[in-house]
Amino acid sequence: MMKTLFSPDGLVGLLFLFNLIVTVVGGIVACNSERLVRAVIGLVVCFVGVAGIYYFLNSPFIAMMHILIYIGAVAVAISFAIMLAAPEEKKRTGPTNSLSGPIGLITALLLVSGLVSLAYTTEWTSMAKVNDGSVKIIGIQLLTNHSMVFELISIVLLIAILGALVIARGGRED
Amino acid sequence: MPLLTLYDQLTTYLVIAALLFGMGVYGLLTRRTLIGMLIAAELLLAGASINFMAFNRFTAPDPALGQIFTLFIMAIAAAEAAIGLSIVIAFYRHLKTIETADAAHLKG
Repeated sequence: MMKTLFSPDGLVGLLFLFNLIVTVVGGIVACNSERLVRAVIGLVVCFVGVAGIYYFLNSPFIAMMHILIYIGAVAVAISFAIMLAAPEEKKRTGPTNSLSGPIGLITALLLVSGLVSLAYTTEWTSMAKVNDGSVKIIGIQLLTNHSMVFELISIVLLIAILGALVIARGGRED
Repeated sequence: MPLLTLYDQLTTYLVIAALLFGMGVYGLLTRRTLIGMLIAAELLLAGASINFMAFNRFTAPDPALGQIFTLFIMAIAAAEAAIGLSIVIAFYRHLKTIETADAAHLKG
């Protein structure tokens, strides 16, 4: 089945390609830029692309939560930490020594090639869906099948907030 | 054009997840500052989440399960970022630097 560029399906495909490019470029900037502030901006761009990928995977709810949590909370917290913790001339980042760059690159390339070859050689079988995966079903399952994990996650978050306050408070002079 | 039907194949999502994972590993291994390593760890978690969501969409029988798992990953990532950043702040307050090579007090 051929799809032309100017059909609705073709435009959706084009949008997806644009999304992939945004994700990959943002990721490269995030893991490779010389300044930390640019790395955070790359992380935000990459997360916008990832949220678009979640939208293509039939879950706009997860896409919205991803933007809310990662861009609205995590990236903002990281940029606050950059402002608090690093003087301007020392915000440069890069390989520790001349050897760690190539070794890290080789390790990452080996990992990626292994995962990609695994994804292409395995015969993935799909099963019939038992529900439509809507927000209503997610809510019902969170409060019935997975209620224990749900409660544990909230306790973990509470302890993490308290622990972050305690760690960041210790060692202050005043 | 086969490029335009990429969004309907499982392997596309697996490849993009592998790419994000590889970038995260590269950043973790080569970054010189603690905040850079934290950013790379966020990339790792995003790659793992995309994997869960792709299998959730294409192969799993219950499409709510992968979304719930991704929500849990997000909660854990938020807790990890909060703890990690407070450790960075405390580290900077003690040593006036955030470079990983300076965290050598326990070095033998």
